[in-house]
Amino acid sequence: MPREINLPGLQKLLQPGDVQLIEVLPENEYEEEHLPGSINIPLKSMNPSSVSSLDRSLVTVVYCWDDI
Amino acid sequence: MSPRAAWQLETMGFTEVYDFVDGKIAWMVNGLGVEGKGPHFSMAGEVASKEGVHACVVGTTVQASAREMEARDDSFCLVLNNEGIVLGRLRKKHLDPGSNALVETVMETGPTTVRPIEPAKPLLERMDKHNVPAMVVTTKKGKLVGVARRKDLRGLVEES
Repeated sequence: MPREINLPGLQKLLQPGDVQLIEVLPENEYEEEHLPGSINIPLKSMNPSSVSSLDRSLVTVVYCWDDI
Repeated sequence: MSPRAAWQLETMGFTEVYDFVDGKIAWMVNGLGVEGKGPHFSMAGEVASKEGVHACVVGTTVQASAREMEARDDSFCLVLNNEGIVLGRLRKKHLDPGSNALVETVMETGPTTVRPIEPAKPLLERMDKHNVPAMVVTTKKGKLVGVARRKDLRGLVEES
């Protein structure tokens, strides 16, 4: 089951590295601004092909605009 | 959007998936750096602060709240529930300082609020136009983030 993580939790998770950070917003919104080191896989195009370059065993974090 | 993405990844065999529920807005309003070509704009959330904000919870008497407003020289008080959701506002000038009524029975409901991502410059222009000294900033679920004061917004806009 995916786990929820808040901002302090994410910052802690990012410290050791080896995290795949994925912004799932549309490409134009990603291009304007995104979290450092993140990649863009819009939800609408998330499929086995678009995630094929990712490592399924690594910690993976997804985000969109907010729940703030 | 991100909760569905997290589930989808798990369905595709990802073993340790997290949904960063605070999202990009929280990252940005906390002043953490972003990458990208912009446009970057200043947001109300960057100056929203709870410091110095007088808030009372439902169940407080008007008398108690008025006393505190007097002591702090505040002109208003936000009324929150126990979850920190902004339910209303009390204005000092409208209060009977001796009243034992509960704040929720006399508060103005539905005060104007903005989200943390509200662009600072047009917000400041609207506040200048209507002489609004401060704006309440909440999450989309109505939880108090803080108050963005006009002087702080002006500083932010001039800085950017």
